[in-house]
Amino acid sequence: MSSLLEVKNLTVSIPSRFGEFKAVDSVNFHVEPGEIHGLVGESGAGKSTIGAAIMGLLEHPAIIEKGSISLSGEELTSLDEEQYHQLRGNRISMIFQDPQTSLNPLLTIAEQLIETIQQHRKLDDRAARSLAIQLLKETGIEFAEQRLDEYPHQFSGGMRQRVVIAMALCTDPQLIIADEPTTALDVSIQKQILSLIRTLAKQHQVGVILITHDIGVIAEITDNVTVLRNGRIIETGTTPQVLGKPNKEYTKALMAAVPRLDNRVERFLNIVNDDKTIEGESSWQVEGASADFAANWLLRGNKEQRKASTTDNPRILDIQDLSVTFGEKNGWFIKRPGLKALNNVSLQIQRGEVLGVVGESGSGKSTLAKAIVGLVPTSSGSMQFNDAFLPDASKRQRTHPARQEIQMVFQDPYSSLNNRRTVEAILTEPLTFYGLAKKGGESRRIVASILNLVEMPQRAMLKYPHQFSGGQRQRIAVARALMAQPSFLICDEPTSALDVSIQAQILNLLKDLQSHFGLTIMFISHNLAVVRQMADQVLVLRRGVEVEKAVSETFFNSPSAEYSQQLLRETPSLELLTAP
Amino acid sequence: MLNRLRRYSVENELLYLFLHSRVAQLAALFAVLMIGGAALAAWIAPTNPYDLTSFDLLDSLLPPSWSAAGDSRFIIGTDDQGRDLLSAILYGMRLSLLVGILSITFASVLGVSLGLIAGYLGGRFDAFVMRIADVQLSLPAILTALLIDGIARGILPQGHHDDLMIVVLTVAIGLSLWVNFARTARASTFVEKNKEYVQASEIMGMHPARIMLVQILPNIMGPIMVILTVDLAVAILLEATLSFLGVGVPPNQPSLGTLIRIGTEYLFSGEWWIVAFPSLTLVILIVSVNVLGDFLRDALNPKLR
Repeated sequence: MSSLLEVKNLTVSIPSRFGEFKAVDSVNFHVEPGEIHGLVGESGAGKSTIGAAIMGLLEHPAIIEKGSISLSGEELTSLDEEQYHQLRGNRISMIFQDPQTSLNPLLTIAEQLIETIQQHRKLDDRAARSLAIQLLKETGIEFAEQRLDEYPHQFSGGMRQRVVIAMALCTDPQLIIADEPTTALDVSIQKQILSLIRTLAKQHQVGVILITHDIGVIAEITDNVTVLRNGRIIETGTTPQVLGKPNKEYTKALMAAVPRLDNRVERFLNIVNDDKTIEGESSWQVEGASADFAANWLLRGNKEQRKASTTDNPRILDIQDLSVTFGEKNGWFIKRPGLKALNNVSLQIQRGEVLGVVGESGSGKSTLAKAIVGLVPTSSGSMQFNDAFLPDASKRQRTHPARQEIQMVFQDPYSSLNNRRTVEAILTEPLTFYGLAKKGGESRRIVASILNLVEMPQRAMLKYPHQFSGGQRQRIAVARALMAQPSFLICDEPTSALDVSIQAQILNLLKDLQSHFGLTIMFISHNLAVVRQMADQVLVLRRGVEVEKAVSETFFNSPSAEYSQQLLRETPSLELLTAP
Repeated sequence: MLNRLRRYSVENELLYLFLHSRVAQLAALFAVLMIGGAALAAWIAPTNPYDLTSFDLLDSLLPPSWSAAGDSRFIIGTDDQGRDLLSAILYGMRLSLLVGILSITFASVLGVSLGLIAGYLGGRFDAFVMRIADVQLSLPAILTALLIDGIARGILPQGHHDDLMIVVLTVAIGLSLWVNFARTARASTFVEKNKEYVQASEIMGMHPARIMLVQILPNIMGPIMVILTVDLAVAILLEATLSFLGVGVPPNQPSLGTLIRIGTEYLFSGEWWIVAFPSLTLVILIVSVNVLGDFLRDALNPKLR
């Protein structure tokens, strides 16, 4: 008997003005009923394109050049649009990444579910309704009868994803394609959704193709996995075999780059590095510029600051009972309490230490960072930086020394650099602004050297940010922060927009900078495994309230607060594989 | 040359789209021809319509040269004064374009700076500027222009009036068009100011004026360029309308609008060419500038593609 889905020699090409681009190149794999097959790879690996090709939803210029896709023996590539329409949503359905946008906000859940059911099955309204209720119950929604008539906005993110899954199941499909189904969700909900997909796949004997960039998710629920890179298959096989004993260099490198919860590495070794632009451009040099020059320049700056500061208190930042309230109105007409984004949080950071701040979305971790750099006003509490009172937001003068000493690296490397200015202009700005160097030969040499220090070619200074990849842009963002000779660096989810191997490179870079220059770092992340690699101290926040504060080793080995234990338990990890 | 352009167009999206759009190329050709013709009017026009000695009343109302009664000296005929119509159109277009470009510059500088400041500061200033913009929008542009023109006529001494007419027109048209710029600039600034590169500058303690000019302004130029081209057409049209109504440029300085106004008087007596050719010029000018504006809008906005 043939498999449920058989993909043979699939090649998808996208003709463009840069020439023909093969998004998927001779890919073979098959899925059996009840199997969860993972497609994993970094951005540009072609995993979503394969999903779209199976659904017959390739966007305009892309075409299936050759190869075949067959669903229980029936060839899909030769179907016309009308026949595909019959198939889609009926025999193949899809779960999308973002539950916020995959449900229509103007229709109730009942209307959306029943419409889909009746589209594909001849059922009257009552039968369709009871089927809908049954499906909602199956996906773990309580009070399904009442909730059926509610609107999507009345459901939380995780609940909405359950509804989406119910909708995908309602026509009794043979195959479900799940494209990053948990990427938009918090870890605790991610775990529940994954196990739901697991049980439903077994129960209904549906084949599931799970597309993700997250190796943790793959390790958690898939039976078989296919590792893709640049549109080609690198390795395929059962999940424990591929992830546990990878054969190919790339898979090994990919696994090496995944931060682990169970141990801390000094550096990520053997990671993939395929930023082609870095090679071949090293010939362009600014006279006298080198990574060593940059290192000396930074150390000299540090020494001067140390000398200038009046205190030798090892505590660099001391925050007492800090609260931040948004949207509070205390006017003549309107009185409303507002939202407490941060509630009486206290923390101390020692010089040269890395503090990891952990929390789910809405925990106030970014608000904490913004309060420290003076982007949001605080409502109560106090901040002390270098033993001096640190005023908040608009009360902090533009010339306040903390503005130079505290620098920030942002989450999204695509919006944190000004696209209309050259890298040189972006990096020179802090130098001239803080009066660290004059524009011209001196600033050029420092800019080129710092670029070398963050492992970028010096020539990068002539280009614009959009000419670089995400990882390279994040390096430039780190370079910009270094230009101010900071002593305290706040990194707000600096790697969550990046692929794992790039993430490993950036983490390596931050570790190196930290150990070389004794930088103090506040590292904010939702990913516990990443924090484990970086932090000396850990602070856990939940809904703006401090849950636990501990030394990193103690925290990861024996967390005391219940919430921390739960977080640690729910983070998908690779332990399953290493355990015998 | 063309090959070099092709190769460069691989990197430059705008150029690539331009090389693949016949309509945009045609519009650009017309626009360049007309703007070039207008700019070089003093050198290429057969006669100078300002020079009273260069025309003769005996030549008045001659039809185009290809008709039976035509004269080969006047390719598209003459008007009631015996002026060569082609020369009058070239000079008229020069004045129309001058007023159009000046007023759109005035409107964009005023609108963009108000919109940028309103978008960046928000709060009361924003509310104030936007309410003024709302009021402005509720008045038809032509009414605003008429109002300002009327006030200027009242204030300025009679003798200076004709000399200052271009300035008055520029201000009148500019004030009725600034709202578009202000709204676009404000909306784009709202988007940009929440991006992290702006926050990075704020953390540094950079002066707000510098953040607005150096960081935000270059990033909102795309949509503003679009409004600029589309509104250039509107400004030229407004000038023509005002001149047509007789409140624009003085009658002794031909603009497209005055030419059309003079021409309409002869429409029913059979001298069609006096109104037809200036009108045709105006239509082609407006359409080509508009098509270019639309092309820019589509090319710079990836969502519409």
